[in-house]
Amino acid sequence: MKRLLALGAVVLTTAALAWAGSDTQPKAGGAPMPVIQKAVKGEQCVEDTDYMRRNHMVLLDQHRDKTVIEGVRTKKYSLKECINCHASETTGSVAAAKDDFCVSCHSYAAVKIDCFECHSTKPQGSIAMHSLNAETAHYKHKLAAQATSKVSVEEMAGVAQ
Amino acid sequence: MSELKPMSDQTPASPERRRFVGGAAAAAGLAIAPGVMLHQVAHGRPEEQAASSAVRWGMLVDATKCAAGCDDCVTACSTENGWTPVAESKHPKQAPQWIRKLELQDPLTQVETNLPMLCQHCAEPPCVDVCPTGASFKRADGIVLVNRHTCIGCRYCMMACPYKARSLVHEPLNDTQKPDVPRGIGCVESCTLCVQKIDRGDGNTACAEACTAAGHNALLFGDMNDPESEISKRLRELPTKQVRADLNLNLGVRYHGI
Repeated sequence: MKRLLALGAVVLTTAALAWAGSDTQPKAGGAPMPVIQKAVKGEQCVEDTDYMRRNHMVLLDQHRDKTVIEGVRTKKYSLKECINCHASETTGSVAAAKDDFCVSCHSYAAVKIDCFECHSTKPQGSIAMHSLNAETAHYKHKLAAQATSKVSVEEMAGVAQ
Repeated sequence: MSELKPMSDQTPASPERRRFVGGAAAAAGLAIAPGVMLHQVAHGRPEEQAASSAVRWGMLVDATKCAAGCDDCVTACSTENGWTPVAESKHPKQAPQWIRKLELQDPLTQVETNLPMLCQHCAEPPCVDVCPTGASFKRADGIVLVNRHTCIGCRYCMMACPYKARSLVHEPLNDTQKPDVPRGIGCVESCTLCVQKIDRGDGNTACAEACTAAGHNALLFGDMNDPESEISKRLRELPTKQVRADLNLNLGVRYHGI
């Protein structure tokens, strides 16, 4: 009887492992964990990652009032800048597919995002990674370092402005 | 032009201070690069600086130059701000109209007048008075806006506006908005005087740029508080009217030739 039980356990474990292995997403207690894509541009967010995970909504909430009511358009906590960095390479958006940056965590936490009923989920320009996009002007040094073409930093700055 | 008088009376100290600040900045600018610096003083402000009540953005519409059948200003506005033109809308009666062309005819003389109608950016906006949530507001530099974060879509402001300048977004926009111009279902909207362009330092609106590009020069945008600005000079020279001047709203959009 004991042997039978042990065999059963082994079979079950193998099956469970095989089933888990077939799915690419990591799991926690059965629920698929969020896929956190690394930001396409930039090395470090405007605040520490842990701080941003807990408090990004507070920063965005404060910044939106300053922008809309007072007309302060600083880039640091602007939603537009979040999107510029975090838009997915495949969809060009932060909320178009279920693995996109914003949606991935929000669906895991079951928190509805209202931002994108009004705000665009995509960076300005046709695609996020366009190296001559005006919105990427402040990343021109990084893009220039990556670029294999012979476009110089000065040229890019000129085009961007 | 009697309407302009009370505005300067309300802020007696302001023009002098402006002249002093402007003069000082221009002097500093001249030492480095005259043209560039003066341009920045006139149009731009640092992005961390809030909009200031020293400025009052406004527009002068010269109806004598506004061409019949031309709607370049409307097209430019819809392109810049991402709203669907009425002709392309599935529900034309509900379609947003930030600016529209009017053709008026005097029934007695048959004289025709063409003009664009848009949010008049009142100094005393009725839409702000009636808004139950404070979403409809006037920015320090005179631009009347809707804060979509607090707008509940009740449409009181649409009823209060004497100029039919506002519209409600009835249907989901499905991520077709411009990154610079957030707008969405359930919120009222209207002309923003291209606030995204002003804050960027462009110093002009899409409609006025299009009108100039078309060679009509019927729209002139500028700072009505700055006595040296082109719009202030023209307002001093030309006889202008405010639409429904009887309401005493002190409009930011003035018409010549109506």
